[in-house]
Amino acid sequence: MSPNLLLVIVVGVLFAAGVTLLLERNLTRVILGITLLGNGVNLLILLGGAYGGPPIVGVTPEPQMADPLTQAMILTAIVITLGMTAFLLAMAYRSWFLTGHDDVQDDVEDRRIMARAERDQGLEDEDTPESENPAVEDPAAEDAAVEGAPR
Amino acid sequence: MTWLVPLPVIMPLLGAALTLLIRRRPNLQRTVSVLVLSATLGVAVALLALTAGGDPLVVTVGGWPAPLGIVLVADRLAALMLVVSAAVTLCVLVYSIGQGLADGDGSTPVAVYHPAYLILTAGVTNAFLAGDLFNLYVGFEILLAASYVLITIGATKSRIRDGTTYVVVSLLSSLIFLTAIGLIYAATGTLNLAQLAGRLDALPDSLQLGLQSMLLLAFGIKAAVFPLSAWLPDSYPTAIAPVTAVFAGLLTKVGVYAIIRTQTLLFPDGPAADIVLVAALLTMTVGILGAVAQSDIKRLLSFTLVSHIGYMLFGIGLASSAGLSGAIFYVVHHIIIQTTLFLAAGLIERRGGTTTLDRLGGLARLAPVLGVLFFLPALNLAGIPPFSGFLGKLGLLQAGVADGGALAWLLVAGSVVTSLLTLYAIGRVWNLAFWSSPRAGTSARTAARGRVLPRLMVGSTLALVLLGTGLTVVAGPLFDVTTRAATELLDREPYVRAVFAEESP
Repeated sequence: MSPNLLLVIVVGVLFAAGVTLLLERNLTRVILGITLLGNGVNLLILLGGAYGGPPIVGVTPEPQMADPLTQAMILTAIVITLGMTAFLLAMAYRSWFLTGHDDVQDDVEDRRIMARAERDQGLEDEDTPESENPAVEDPAAEDAAVEGAPR
Repeated sequence: MTWLVPLPVIMPLLGAALTLLIRRRPNLQRTVSVLVLSATLGVAVALLALTAGGDPLVVTVGGWPAPLGIVLVADRLAALMLVVSAAVTLCVLVYSIGQGLADGDGSTPVAVYHPAYLILTAGVTNAFLAGDLFNLYVGFEILLAASYVLITIGATKSRIRDGTTYVVVSLLSSLIFLTAIGLIYAATGTLNLAQLAGRLDALPDSLQLGLQSMLLLAFGIKAAVFPLSAWLPDSYPTAIAPVTAVFAGLLTKVGVYAIIRTQTLLFPDGPAADIVLVAALLTMTVGILGAVAQSDIKRLLSFTLVSHIGYMLFGIGLASSAGLSGAIFYVVHHIIIQTTLFLAAGLIERRGGTTTLDRLGGLARLAPVLGVLFFLPALNLAGIPPFSGFLGKLGLLQAGVADGGALAWLLVAGSVVTSLLTLYAIGRVWNLAFWSSPRAGTSARTAARGRVLPRLMVGSTLALVLLGTGLTVVAGPLFDVTTRAATELLDREPYVRAVFAEESP
């Protein structure tokens, strides 16, 4: 038995697209990335089992049965991914509700270090006092992104 | 007596369902939670006693024989971890009940808290008992799902921000773990740990290394090993005190447990041992340097947590019986001590109004009991002689010296330096928060009026302090248990034989 080439390529594409989306700052895109990655992993598990007819005794002769264990594992994984995605969506909504956007923000320490760097720079040359935080962008664009619309 | 084995998983799950049903009756809910966790502790102790003979207890769930069905295995290591985790979760539960009673339950929605907490316990015990990789994955997911709820409880702005990091990183590690499971199944056709132990050995070295690195990557994120540890100090400190405490004590150790289990059972002579040792050295030093630079007690403790994971990896990487024994002893010690310190930090926050060192002062005079509650586990963490921290480190250092390799000696040196720096970091907290005179106008003084620490919170913290100190007294028998557990782990044969004994009666 050799794995189906088309499925292998699909797994690769899903992983690549998922990882790319995971690198975004926007939580909605991160969720989409995780969904794609999850589906990629599920297909990968499916590729690990044997191919064949429905694994029901009396319908398919035993040597030609598909591997039922991989399908059971995928079902479990799908249920888990569903729950996690629902939780992440709720978190993205809450983040949007509280801050007006759902970007993953810099943590406290990073912001403190950035502020210090900016202050030091401000002491050297007085004409650059602006503090540009990548987490705070145009709120209208963020709202559009929350609803899944392209920017 | 194998019917006892699934109980530590089933009881908290049923308890969670029950507490969800009676969410409108907080008192009943508290009683049920405490009873369930006490019973879990009882069963865990019984399991430890039953496995003392050296034979692991095996349950085939649903009566399906070993390679096909799901097996739950309680060997000496799993039973020991169960006892410690049950004791710690019980103490933290009492602490959080004390906090809830004192605050009038206004700030934390207790209705969700108890079910989520019990499910977290069920996930942890399931991960300890899992006899196949997929069940281990499910155990991780159960505890992670509950931890997502607990870390964002209340859903304030800062908790959502830090919770996002935690959830996304955890999901990523779960996906890596699942990918590894898919690949291992494709390569060997089984996920049963006992069966994998034989089949993985037959694979080519390069493939073994690939599978091993994927598992190490997934567990390394969960255990907060250095290059993968950045999420921990950012996400843990913002949660409520008991949640931070139980996460710090248990969740990373479940990752360490998974590393121990898979390294010894699946890849005993795996080529990645040196990688583990290098990661251990980096985790120790980078973690403790981070802790020295912190000015907030909770963040500082989070960094020491990362740093001391390095000690356990040190023992695992040595892959000798003495090293593993030291690592297991250190896990037991560290679960208790780190939880105690975070509970004490919660008490400091209550008493002083903050955990920022710049604004605390004179707590030793204002709250002497709190001083003792922080001081004893802090010295224990740093490894001052009579305490278990010292004994654990001594065991690891001896194992390192016995190994004799250049990398092992480097790690011995690193361990000593880390221990000294831990003492420095802890000493700084002590000097600034407790020893210095109360500063005029600081929040400690203003909060001093009428801020009495609830008795339940102090009592549960005291119980953990006593437990941590008591480890010194029972260190001899405990070391005996860990040494035998380590020998059995390296032997592999008792585990495999116990799982497949069910098949051919």
